[in-house]
Amino acid sequence: MPSEVRVSIAGASGYTGGELIRLLLAHPGVRIQQVSSQRFAGKSVGKVHPNLRKGTDLSFSPLEEMQPCDALFLCLPHGESSKRKDWVDGIAPRVVDLSADFRLADAALYERWYGKPHPHPELLGSYVYGIPELHREEMRGAMRVSSAGCNATATILGLHPLYAADVVELDRTVVEVKVGSSEGGNESGPATHHPERSGCVRSFAPTGHRHTAEMIQELGRGREIAIHFSATSIDMVRGVLATSHVFLKQDLDEKAIWKIYREAYGGEPFIRIVKERDGNYRFPEPKILAGTNLCDVGFQRDPASNRLVVVSAIDNLMKGAAGQAVPAFNLMCGFEETTALGFLGLHPI
Amino acid sequence: MKADCPVCGATISRQIDMVVGELLECTDCGTELEVLSLTPFVLAEAPQEEEDWGE
Repeated sequence: MPSEVRVSIAGASGYTGGELIRLLLAHPGVRIQQVSSQRFAGKSVGKVHPNLRKGTDLSFSPLEEMQPCDALFLCLPHGESSKRKDWVDGIAPRVVDLSADFRLADAALYERWYGKPHPHPELLGSYVYGIPELHREEMRGAMRVSSAGCNATATILGLHPLYAADVVELDRTVVEVKVGSSEGGNESGPATHHPERSGCVRSFAPTGHRHTAEMIQELGRGREIAIHFSATSIDMVRGVLATSHVFLKQDLDEKAIWKIYREAYGGEPFIRIVKERDGNYRFPEPKILAGTNLCDVGFQRDPASNRLVVVSAIDNLMKGAAGQAVPAFNLMCGFEETTALGFLGLHPI
Repeated sequence: MKADCPVCGATISRQIDMVVGELLECTDCGTELEVLSLTPFVLAEAPQEEEDWGE
């Protein structure tokens, strides 16, 4: 790779695109070549992402004016990148797609959860699934990575050590996520009108959420598993809190659970095991993760049963989107995985 | 000399200037621990002030 990687971002006027610009402006090995937006073509980045005022003199270009570059981030609406496959192939050798188009490797799983056949089933499986904690070695030198969904990321990272260690019943996992409004993107609608959205605790996907497919793929790893997943939007801008209930196949005490998580995540730069006995933040909480690429994971064993409750938290725009895409890019291009991702968050916030 | 945290099982090394009764924090689970003895090196969970989290 050249010492300076020319990067472009397609669909950069959304919240995820804005976060990517923020992160990549601070990356010592990157020059942002172009950022695209149809709606804001010609406008300066600072007009749309006010936190970036004076941070860059970039303006948005329409998609059709994008030039070849070394690496392309796709922040387009779901369905758009697979529709533009040939264009994408002609623009950049390395691609990180933040949409859902290539997350699943199995065409039948895609059709079941997305309700229609994939337009390019021959490409499924050609993208590395974007969670580095699970696919780090595949990402090194890869040409295509598909970033994971935010709810899927929080859930998978919470449960991965238990599924990998094969200590939980495979058909009884129940997950409830509470999510912030930025998951819905920056387009407004009747449901986001302030009087409707403010103060809400709104169950928007009690069943059938598409991210469930990613959880089945990544936690099951070929095994038949069932994830019973529900999602609720709450009065929060950023963040995902996943509360997962699993049932242990064997009688493991909390020290044994600690050992499983420590072995899986002890060396991970972006995962913290959070389970403390005192203080205000005894278990993971998305509030203090805003702007970080961290995932906090904690757990508690129900002493009266074999139920284990796992709590995991992320910033949906960071570890659940833009933040997750940058370590993938770093690994693809040979940079240190943690480059441009050192922010530890704010407190109080 | 090393001991395991009685709560999470993390390995904790004895520091040369530690004394019996000293309080330290487990770096993994944050539990406040008390040094019960130096040889052998034994740790126990320090008494905690109760908080009404069950409200």
